[in-house]
Amino acid sequence: MNTAAPEALSHVDPEANRIGMWLFLLTEVLLFGTLFIFYAAYFRAHPADYHLAAGRLDRWVGAFNTVVLLTSSLTMALAIHAVRHGARESGLRFLLATVSLGLLFLVVKGFEWSHKFEVGIYLNSDVLLALPQGQILFYGLYFTMTGLHALHVLIGMGVILFVFARVRARRETPSLVENAGLYWHLVDLVWIYLFPLFYLIGR
Amino acid sequence: MTMEASYLTVRRGPWSWLTTTDHKRIGVLYLAGILTFFLIGVTFGFLIRLHLLDPSAGLLPNETYNRILTLHGVVMIFLFIIPGIPSVFGNFFLPILIGARDVAFPRLNLLSWYLYMAGGLLAVVSVAVGGPDTGWTFYVPYSFRTGANVTWPLTGAFLIGWSSILTGINFVATVHRLRDPRMGWWQMPLFVWASYATAWVQIIATPVVGILLLLVLAERFLGIGIFDPTRGGDPILYQHVFWIYSHPAVYIMVLPAMGVVSEVIATFARRTIFGYRFIAMSSIAIAAIGSLVWGHHMFTSGMADEARIVFSFLTFLVAVPSAIKVFNWVATLYRGSIELSPALLLSLFFVALFAIGGLTGLMLASLSTDIHLHDTSFVVAHFHYTMFGGAGSVFFSACHYWFPKMFGRMYNRKVAYAAIALFFVGFNLTYMSLMVAGAAGMPRRYADYLPEYAPYHHLSTYGSWILVAGVLTMIGNLVVSMVRGPKVPANPYGGKTLEWSIPSPPPHENFVGEPDLSHGPYEYPVEVER
Repeated sequence: MNTAAPEALSHVDPEANRIGMWLFLLTEVLLFGTLFIFYAAYFRAHPADYHLAAGRLDRWVGAFNTVVLLTSSLTMALAIHAVRHGARESGLRFLLATVSLGLLFLVVKGFEWSHKFEVGIYLNSDVLLALPQGQILFYGLYFTMTGLHALHVLIGMGVILFVFARVRARRETPSLVENAGLYWHLVDLVWIYLFPLFYLIGR
Repeated sequence: MTMEASYLTVRRGPWSWLTTTDHKRIGVLYLAGILTFFLIGVTFGFLIRLHLLDPSAGLLPNETYNRILTLHGVVMIFLFIIPGIPSVFGNFFLPILIGARDVAFPRLNLLSWYLYMAGGLLAVVSVAVGGPDTGWTFYVPYSFRTGANVTWPLTGAFLIGWSSILTGINFVATVHRLRDPRMGWWQMPLFVWASYATAWVQIIATPVVGILLLLVLAERFLGIGIFDPTRGGDPILYQHVFWIYSHPAVYIMVLPAMGVVSEVIATFARRTIFGYRFIAMSSIAIAAIGSLVWGHHMFTSGMADEARIVFSFLTFLVAVPSAIKVFNWVATLYRGSIELSPALLLSLFFVALFAIGGLTGLMLASLSTDIHLHDTSFVVAHFHYTMFGGAGSVFFSACHYWFPKMFGRMYNRKVAYAAIALFFVGFNLTYMSLMVAGAAGMPRRYADYLPEYAPYHHLSTYGSWILVAGVLTMIGNLVVSMVRGPKVPANPYGGKTLEWSIPSPPPHENFVGEPDLSHGPYEYPVEVER
């Protein structure tokens, strides 16, 4: 009899990992989708207020951040390609570039939010509550949705740093880098919808 | 029997359990957690009934009554009936039934147990620190304005939601990737079909309620305004999104139960299951249509008439696949060699009690009768018939059915029959009284009632005592038999699905050699015509 039986059965199935990741992304889409439903329902009720409130967001800052995130998706894709073809060093560089662009996005976002705070627009603020209801809702959703998105960027950066350490130690599984990439692309994709819905509808 | 150590003895000590990635051990961990929370929920329910025996005696102050009522709902729904069958029996048996040695993501599986326990403890402990008084639905605007502690139970429910999602992802990936290559989709046992359909509902519906609960917290602490009517928010929107999850959640509770019933009836009638493909596909149909009926919870909340008619129609429609299952089960029993074991008896209770729950559901789905019955104890009785009499009976049916396989021992059958009799009598007395009271106009949830409803409440409370006695006897019998029961062979019932082809309790890696797929899951000898 075997008294020290191994507890974990070692099976690495990249296909299962991919299925698991796609299902997880589905849950993320539904999570953000719920917020988009709230956005749509109140947009229908207050189109003019949405228009006015969106006009007060800086679309150039939003556009800059869009470019930053799109570029980071490119570097992520290049990282996956490099690691898959054994170019470990350049893969690591691309991973670092992705994290740096994520950080740049958050810094810009931080300046943008703090600028809004300076003019008195933050959740529960007197300035905000003095606005019409549609604008309160718009900014409520703006802070909630971009805040939740920023949290996802932060988590994504953590995941990529984890992958970075794994790749450097030569301990990555075939699907690990790809799955981190899928997550990062989803974070990018959510922003692609947030950008026009919050910044561009004011024009 | 082989000499190989069973999963129970392969490693020993509490640490080996708390760090296990074996799907069978995780199933047993869930069983321990779920039974504990169930007994807590039973205690809350028992206290509610005891208070209502004579509200003027003031057993519970109104505040406390509201909290206990809320926690009874939260515990029973989020901690017992939703995770009950998938987490315990799905974890333990789904991999075995498809010839796999574990689930696709064993470590994620353990994580989901920890999330479940953490969420459960948060919710239960909150009762001691000014727990929620909102009802388990956490309707806004009250839920973000109340002075009671809704933060802990909401956070708890969020964690449990993640546990549920991870289990769902795990099961879908497992069925797709780890099924024995020789087993096609149409050779899967029906419990696997039901668990598979349930896993999809878990994945698709749970994130919606997850974010919704977080939004209530955000509304409470940050004031985002989307639920606050004074800031333009719409509480009805909350109700929609809440029921978009919480109605499909009803099918998370009932679908796996229907899977268990299909297994139990085939085994104890010793007959090929009748209409295999119809039973399998009706699970998928229930999951699909059930996702589109949430509006029937809100017929009186304010909704366009067109929407009410569509929701009412779809609700009637979902009864069709449910009825298909019932007819197939009855047809399977017809001319079978029935052994009326405790497990089969409980599964038959399910069919009977769920039929009552389902038919009263149609009354509630009818727009005009719903105006009269809405928010009465008729609704309370209706969902206790579907959830407790339905899914709850099957949870215990599964406990009895798979007990010998899980622990290698047999429970005391006489005690089991006695417990089941108490359960059945107590259950019907408790909830039938509430059903009649509700039709006569007794509002639900209240801590007090007018004198003309007293007889119903008295009967219901007496019934709850019998019911609790039955439940305690049943659980006590199973717990004692885990240690004291006589040992059983690999296949005590002559079942045909894969779990009966391996030793009881199963070895660490489930199968000693190749899984035995020489016959289908329901291939019983053809009956000789008389």
